[in-house]
Amino acid sequence: MEANVTRNLVPAVEMRNITKRFGSVLANNRVNLTIYRGEILALLGENGSGKTTLMNMLSGIYYPDEGEILINGKPAVISAAKDAFDLGIGMIHQHFKLVDVLTAAENIVLGMPGKLDMKASISRIEKICKDYGFEVNPIQKIYDMSVSQKQTVEIIKVLYRGADILILDEPTAVLTPQETDKLFAVLRNMRDDGKAIVIITHKMNEVEALSDRVAVLRQGQYAGDMPTSSTNAQEMTNMMVGHKVSLNIVRPDPINPKPRIEVNNLTVRSEDGILKLDHVTFTARSGEILGIAGISGSGQKELLESIAGLQKTEGGAIDYIENDGRHVSLIGQDPVKIADMGVTLSFVPEDRLGMGLVGNMDLTDNMMLRSFRRGAGVFTDRKTPRKVAQNVVAELDVKTPSLATPVRRLSGGNVQKVLVGREITSAPTVLLTAYAVRGLDINSSYTIYDLINHQKEHGVAVIYVGEDLDVLIELCDRILVLCGGQVSGLVDARHTDKREIGMMMTRIGGTDHE
Amino acid sequence: MSKAKGEPFIRISSRSALPWYMAWLIRGLSVLAALIVGSVVTVLVTGENPLSLYVTMFEGSFSTARRTWLLVQNIAILLGVSLAVTPAFKMRFWNVGGEGQMLAGCLASAACMICLAGRLPNWLIIALMFLTSMLAGGIWGFVPAYFKAKWGTNETLFTLMMNYIATQLVAFFIIIWEVPKGAGQIGIINAQTEIGWLPVVGPSKYFLNILIVAVICVFMYFYLNYTKHGYEISVVGESERTARYVGIKVDRIVMRTMLLSGALCGLTGMLLVGGTDHTLTTSITASRGFTAVMVSWLAKFNPVWMILTSFLIVFLQRGANEVATTFGLNQSFSDILTGIILFFIIGSEFFIRYTVNVHIGRSRKEAAGRV
Repeated sequence: MEANVTRNLVPAVEMRNITKRFGSVLANNRVNLTIYRGEILALLGENGSGKTTLMNMLSGIYYPDEGEILINGKPAVISAAKDAFDLGIGMIHQHFKLVDVLTAAENIVLGMPGKLDMKASISRIEKICKDYGFEVNPIQKIYDMSVSQKQTVEIIKVLYRGADILILDEPTAVLTPQETDKLFAVLRNMRDDGKAIVIITHKMNEVEALSDRVAVLRQGQYAGDMPTSSTNAQEMTNMMVGHKVSLNIVRPDPINPKPRIEVNNLTVRSEDGILKLDHVTFTARSGEILGIAGISGSGQKELLESIAGLQKTEGGAIDYIENDGRHVSLIGQDPVKIADMGVTLSFVPEDRLGMGLVGNMDLTDNMMLRSFRRGAGVFTDRKTPRKVAQNVVAELDVKTPSLATPVRRLSGGNVQKVLVGREITSAPTVLLTAYAVRGLDINSSYTIYDLINHQKEHGVAVIYVGEDLDVLIELCDRILVLCGGQVSGLVDARHTDKREIGMMMTRIGGTDHE
Repeated sequence: MSKAKGEPFIRISSRSALPWYMAWLIRGLSVLAALIVGSVVTVLVTGENPLSLYVTMFEGSFSTARRTWLLVQNIAILLGVSLAVTPAFKMRFWNVGGEGQMLAGCLASAACMICLAGRLPNWLIIALMFLTSMLAGGIWGFVPAYFKAKWGTNETLFTLMMNYIATQLVAFFIIIWEVPKGAGQIGIINAQTEIGWLPVVGPSKYFLNILIVAVICVFMYFYLNYTKHGYEISVVGESERTARYVGIKVDRIVMRTMLLSGALCGLTGMLLVGGTDHTLTTSITASRGFTAVMVSWLAKFNPVWMILTSFLIVFLQRGANEVATTFGLNQSFSDILTGIILFFIIGSEFFIRYTVNVHIGRSRKEAAGRV
């Protein structure tokens, strides 16, 4: 741990020779990791490299097969979540575990031993907020909160329990740039207070902006660590992947773009009557990637599902424009009818295993989802989908034991390759993607960017809903910003920056381009 | 180095795929373990020789040709209902109304036999029995599916309540059709004329039933695995959102599948009334509609394995009855034995899905050397 000699830090956690197996899979192989007080450590690694497994052993979800864990220099046994709390370890997961109908304070004290004294608890919560710079109203209900507020509650929850070792699993995935900055400020305050902080993230710019030290896992093994100040994104990525990779997203100029999808005053209400899309109007052109930015839940899902014929709409029009200029109305259609009209529209939904694929089915049967109706008579045809599966596996380099493996057993990146592979097999003219690289590591992400660019070059109109503004700005041609279901702005991606889009995400209009 | 205090010594983790022969080895061992535990319980509770108990159990099913035919007939009926409820369960539609759907079929065929006797030729009556029993069962299955599709009602409660309606309807018609008046039962229907009795084909009067169920079994195997309908059922069962995403109309599939499921239950009910029992009682189905749920799940919805699981259940039930009568033990003891065996068989699935590692005071070095 050369990196820390100069800074004279005290280890909070020492993991020694930790090994964890799942069946025949070696998730962690003799990993040595030290986490220091007063330091923010970024834990890096590709999907399936064992980051989350390693951290889950600290938070009591898994128990190591071999090796030992020292907390504050003493051997510790963490066999349940409660042990982790007792040792001052708190983990903030990607998916929040809060009770919607309770207030922030009620959620925070939930499950604490002793007599319930709301007043004392609230004043303690307020003190924590003041100390670290959190902004949260303890008596606000969770269902009234934004994603970032919920995350704040989760963090206060572990601090309230006395955690001084905090682990955050991809904390910025759901935040706007402004919210991310706020979170980072809070994390820095906590570091300066002497807490040990680990963040798991795939975003290199965040690693560089926030962390003091990076530790890299590769295929379950410890690949090394270094001070953040003495490394760069390229070096870290190479270390994660094990060989050199290029980090540039190419953006070819659109060739002969023509209007392909015209959305006019589209209005959508959810089943409970909440306005999800409010008179949204835009045009997506062929040979172009149209990015959609916005805080999660601003209507992205409804927009894509309306175009794909999966969402009931209240008003407005969605037209598909053929090469000869003929308009075909997609509104009120379902996916089968849209296909019957000769419109090849592909959709990569956000929820890969819950919507795009069937987790328990194998690769062949998942390919069949789009083509099973084409079999002879009452029978299905498995031969064609099997061929499609073979092609996708070969061309996109999907790592799978066989075509008969249930897709839920594949890693996140491979699951996405299977899904995207199937969707582009039909040679679509419109490709809708929602958070296509969420949870994917750098390598897989770049594969997906390449695939999307390839579709663009083939004249496909791509609509790319994304959350990483850096990527949106680098990959897309134009970016439509949604805010609370309304179009907040439409910008040229070649002439914009994160700040501008971030402003539009939170306030209608921000500034107006175009 | 010794293990730190409080370290868990039993660790459970999920397995990746297990080769099929290992899975069956585990299942075989679990049956063996069940027999051993059953023996111990037998000796402790009754003092009987466990070995002779098991021999008796076996004899209950195989000692005579008649018993064997009876065994196979019982398997056939149970298998029929199990096959019928399988598409519903594969669709994750909790159809616990097999009982009612079967009874509806029983009632419809009994009605044909009683009301049409002498008015129509026998072959037409039998044809109508096939048709009406499937229709009645189909309606009994369709109604809960329709309500679920339209208003999102809970299918478990709904199908369960449909059972009571069927039972009460049967009770009502038994009073109307009772022979002789005031007996409260129907007795053998058309005992003299044998109108509406399924013809005897082949070596036994049970043979036709067995044949029909065998056909249903083959049909169901292909239906579930090789047809578009079967594929749609799997997709809906695994993920309704995925189904909608590819344009499958979930409501339609649910209603269609329950119509089929109910119709096949009804048909099996007809086999019982027209093929073997030739009577109608409220308990004619002998809870097979519920047992079928277990048969179907144990076989993981595979129609071919269902032959095995329904054999197992019927064999155990018949064996247990035989034990109870031969040894003068009461019925509850045979239920205990059946319970022990089922407990082990169902429990073995846990060991197929998970591996359990025991770490007791083993040194780290040894643990590290373990592969």
